[in-house]
Amino acid sequence: MSTESKSGSSRSKVYIALQDNDESRYIIEAIEQDNPEATIIHMPAMVRVEAEGKLVVNRETVEEVMGRDWDIQELHLNLITLGGNVDEDDDCLTLEWNS
Amino acid sequence: MAKKLNIKDKYRLLTRDLDWEFSYQDRSKAFPYEAFEGIKITDWSKWEDPFRLTMDAYWKYQAEKEKKLYAIFDAFQQNNGHLNVSDPRYVNALKLFLTGVSPLEYQAYQGFAHVGRQFGGVGARVACQMQSLDELRHVQTQIHAISHYNKYFDGLQEYSHMHDRVWYLSVPKSFFNDARAAGPFEYMIAIGFSFEYVLTNLLFVPFMSGAAHNGDMATVTFGFSAQSDEARHMTLGLEVIKFLLEQHEDNVPIVQKWIDKWFWRGTRLLTIVAMMMDYMLPNKVMSWQEAWEVYFEEAGGALFKDLARYGITMPKYADIIEKEKEHISHQAWWTFYTHGHAAGFHTWIPTDEELDWLSEKYPNTFDKYYRPRWELAKKLEAKGERFYTSGLPMLCQTCQIPMLFTEMDNPGEISYRDHVHDGERYHFCSDGCHDIFVDEPEKYVQSWLPVHQIFQGNCGGPDVENILSDYYRMNLGADNLDMKGSPDEKRWKQWKGVA
Amino acid sequence: MPVQAITDNYTGQVMDAKANFGGNLIIYFGWDEHLMFCAPKAFPLPPQMTFGDVIDQIMPQAFGQHPEFKDIDWDKAQWTLNREAVSPARDQSLEALGVDHKSCFRLRTPGLTGYKGTGV
Repeated sequence: MSTESKSGSSRSKVYIALQDNDESRYIIEAIEQDNPEATIIHMPAMVRVEAEGKLVVNRETVEEVMGRDWDIQELHLNLITLGGNVDEDDDCLTLEWNS
Repeated sequence: MAKKLNIKDKYRLLTRDLDWEFSYQDRSKAFPYEAFEGIKITDWSKWEDPFRLTMDAYWKYQAEKEKKLYAIFDAFQQNNGHLNVSDPRYVNALKLFLTGVSPLEYQAYQGFAHVGRQFGGVGARVACQMQSLDELRHVQTQIHAISHYNKYFDGLQEYSHMHDRVWYLSVPKSFFNDARAAGPFEYMIAIGFSFEYVLTNLLFVPFMSGAAHNGDMATVTFGFSAQSDEARHMTLGLEVIKFLLEQHEDNVPIVQKWIDKWFWRGTRLLTIVAMMMDYMLPNKVMSWQEAWEVYFEEAGGALFKDLARYGITMPKYADIIEKEKEHISHQAWWTFYTHGHAAGFHTWIPTDEELDWLSEKYPNTFDKYYRPRWELAKKLEAKGERFYTSGLPMLCQTCQIPMLFTEMDNPGEISYRDHVHDGERYHFCSDGCHDIFVDEPEKYVQSWLPVHQIFQGNCGGPDVENILSDYYRMNLGADNLDMKGSPDEKRWKQWKGVA
Repeated sequence: MPVQAITDNYTGQVMDAKANFGGNLIIYFGWDEHLMFCAPKAFPLPPQMTFGDVIDQIMPQAFGQHPEFKDIDWDKAQWTLNREAVSPARDQSLEALGVDHKSCFRLRTPGLTGYKGTGV
């Protein structure tokens, strides 16, 4: 683990990885819409989304893309892993580093 | 019609409001393990669970996960999924997984059930209860998934017995025993934070993605299904550490010491995963070094940057850990290859293409230190003298791994450390393992070192063959030895119709 | 504190005490620059064993599989015992050499630096 940060301006990356399936496809699409700076990385059977500092999953956007009601806690069904401080309420899930 | 509660209100009602005050009993007697580690908790109500999962929602989502998972297991079995793996060598990674990792899930279940009872705060108790149930689910689903392979491949039939006895499996077993024998807060830093937050990612994300890449639908599915719980566990781990650090400044040095210890213990344990990634996945996804950089250096680096505001620093010996990423997978596979007669799975010399891949991925180390070992092995094999090393190895008193690690400022030299405690000499593979012993010698003098137990006559014998077949319950000639010429290989060729 | 325990004055049982090995000592041998052997090796040996017998009987069991083993000139071999340089004579017993339980010997063989000089 490197003890020096790469550059003063860049913030640490938060990330979320989802199983590569039909439901996740919509969730990823919604994440892309709401987090234009996020990077999407495809790996065998999984999709990893990372962004500097902060990443948000909004219920409303997912519902719109999916075309049905969607509970934010349904995310757990397709979630593989994440990194960052989590905050979850009825409308969104936020991942964030404070530094 | 009653208004639907929002997540935060529901969480408050279904966790916090279930707690009660003690009117006629002494609280410290109800939670006797809470004080002896020196951790100071001033206000349990400050505990935050960001996922705010309540038991009713927990059962609902876990049931859905299970339904999906078992539908896939059914499909896998009905379609003879084992025939779709990339290469029969791959299955040996599953043998190591089932004997070495799945029993740890069971230990985690027991550990979280115990600490869940011991915490005075209800939020922590509920989170530990869920994690305990998750871990039980993980061991069960892993056994179910891999049971299909047990019908067709050797080496899986005695996983639980082997976990308790086989020499190299004392490494994962003793790791968890160490954590469970600690107090509840250390257990949470060991397993909930160090292990879950950084280290299990390396097993359950890149390795499982590798399982998919090698055609193993059952394993990737149980892996990712388990990991969907891990995302919650990681959040719990991070919450625990922030909570402890915010409760009292006296907690900071205690927590730092545990971080130093458990990151070191964890990286030593993951040596086996490094080897599985670099040598046991015939179709490669990424090298161990690459996985380490993404999930340990980058993810862990971000984490420690975030924790710096509490006065927490990078784990001790992070500089050594950074260098070792270019070495340990090679050192470990060579150890198992040369002890292939005493392993419960098959070993082999990497193919020429695989050796070239390793050279490309490890330009600083592979050709210089490790390729010559394989050249020698190939030469001996060609002469009909496949190399199985004689005798028994010297082990580290703390991690229990054979003394296979080398000095990072001179990677051609074995790293030796020792310490005399109470007139008795103890040996270690590293400064990290040495320091852990010196801090709590009365714990680690009790290490059940397989080699010494054999010499004491506690593992049957007298010959190594008797120990392997009777005490370890290995089917000699089927479970052990080289992949070449193994019954596994013969059956595979029959199924595939190749000579 | 020798251990963080809920019980006062907790002490652990020493699992590998000398008395548990039926009169033998556990002794470790490592051969530097010969990583064909992934780790040093452990042997239970009687303290009265002479160093000559160690060379004649134990060393072939430990390292005889190495292609360079037959080329070792034992008169020129360099030894350390528990990190101190020693020059054992063939007729000296392990006990007389100062070997105690769980002692560690390291062997260096000048001129022999592993398979094709690679340290393997």
